[in-house]
Amino acid sequence: MPENLSALDLVLTGDPALFAIVRLALVVSLSAVLLAALIGVPLGAAIALSSFRGRDAAIVFLNAMMGLPPVVIGLIVYLALSRSGPLGEWGLLFTPQAMVIAQTILVTPIIAALARQTIEDLWLEYRDELTAMDVRPLRRITTLVWDARFSLITALLAGFGRAAAEVGAVIIVGGNIDGFTRTMTTAIALETSKGNLPLAIGLGLVLIAIVLAVNGLAWALRRAAERLAG
Amino acid sequence: MIRRLLLAVALAFAVPALAQDNSIVVASTTSTQDSGLFGDILPLFKRSTGIDVKVVALGTGQALDVGRRGDADVVFVHARSEEEKFVAEGFGVKRHPVMYNDFIVVGPRSDPAGVGKARDVVEALHIIRDKGLPFISRGDRSGTHVAELKLWKEAGIDLERDKGLWYKSIGQGMGAALNTASAADAYVLTDRGTWLSFKNKGGLAILVQGDKRLFNQYGVMLVNPAKHPHVKKAKGQQFIDWLIAREGQDAVANYKINGEQLFFPNAGDPNA
Repeated sequence: MPENLSALDLVLTGDPALFAIVRLALVVSLSAVLLAALIGVPLGAAIALSSFRGRDAAIVFLNAMMGLPPVVIGLIVYLALSRSGPLGEWGLLFTPQAMVIAQTILVTPIIAALARQTIEDLWLEYRDELTAMDVRPLRRITTLVWDARFSLITALLAGFGRAAAEVGAVIIVGGNIDGFTRTMTTAIALETSKGNLPLAIGLGLVLIAIVLAVNGLAWALRRAAERLAG
Repeated sequence: MIRRLLLAVALAFAVPALAQDNSIVVASTTSTQDSGLFGDILPLFKRSTGIDVKVVALGTGQALDVGRRGDADVVFVHARSEEEKFVAEGFGVKRHPVMYNDFIVVGPRSDPAGVGKARDVVEALHIIRDKGLPFISRGDRSGTHVAELKLWKEAGIDLERDKGLWYKSIGQGMGAALNTASAADAYVLTDRGTWLSFKNKGGLAILVQGDKRLFNQYGVMLVNPAKHPHVKKAKGQQFIDWLIAREGQDAVANYKINGEQLFFPNAGDPNA
């Protein structure tokens, strides 16, 4: 990142380094949210609709996993992906893929736990109806997920917030490599360590603006979809 | 929408895999990155060889660990004893001296305790210990931390016995240590390169410099392909050869901040 420039200058001049960082931050976080949704929503729905021994314990565990410390997840993924680790053959350490893997692990419990609650609430409402109609279990899940889709957006946004804001995991598994694995949060950490506090704060404001924009877009999409759905 | 997102995910996974072909990973120190040296010389290396150098900047201890695990092709650090150990253990092929700069002790400009008046760094450390002046230690096994511990030892001060509330080990990088010292009007050992490029100096100033014990040598090593077969041996060696030959040495010498040279090439010095 060029020296002696404020974050505003970087935005206004369309600094390519800044845009590469923003693009990577968005691609990594959104990929992680998408993967986490593909795992977390069905998982949450399955727990919501099933009854098994230890279900309460499973729910407490899932809820607790929302508080997974990013640094610990970063370390575990680091050790797994390291050339000396079990998945070293993949050669993924210090790549954006490694960052997506770490963030997916962080975000999945958030989406699963929130989806579980949302779908369980809806299930209590629809249970008699769906049971009376003798709907098969898999079909029940898809029906409920579809009906809860607007509420589930909030779960995805909570996951995105977590992914976009965390620095502990991505800096360990990505290595904060200039032009390759540097994201908004790791760039902010770097500028802070260079004593360039105004640029660090400025980049922080840019990050907040991006998160706000993503949330605004999600809200607008939801509104438009609701209108279409009547 | 979903399809687009899936495509984006697929691209995120595919593109770096393709781009990885002509690159090496160098585990190095925060001082070489934060001082801006890499930003200045790596484009020159890329221009002459086409190789992308991906720098992971850590403390020297951590950077050597990354090399030990085989997660880097080249290690470029500054703690000679640790580097020689790395090679002796068979993790590095050969250690090549590259350049040097020096450590300095910085502290509050007003310096009421007179640390800046000390004849040498040993006397300065005695004043800090005797008066219990706040001192920030990296505490992270970095090259600077190793050098700091060696200086206390040379001063005949047993830290284990003498360290009290005045000695604050923060376990973070050089920049974080300087930020802490700047906020707390504390004393800290730093390399000159990071200091010159550091932007949050506040009330800090250089108090001790020029002592030959403050010499700071950098060395570079290829990670041993015999231990880690996937190491990009040819490209890693190409980087090392460039760094210690005329072109790289000139690039190091030409890197300046406000007209001041930060690092002094000395690859030709057999004793470095």
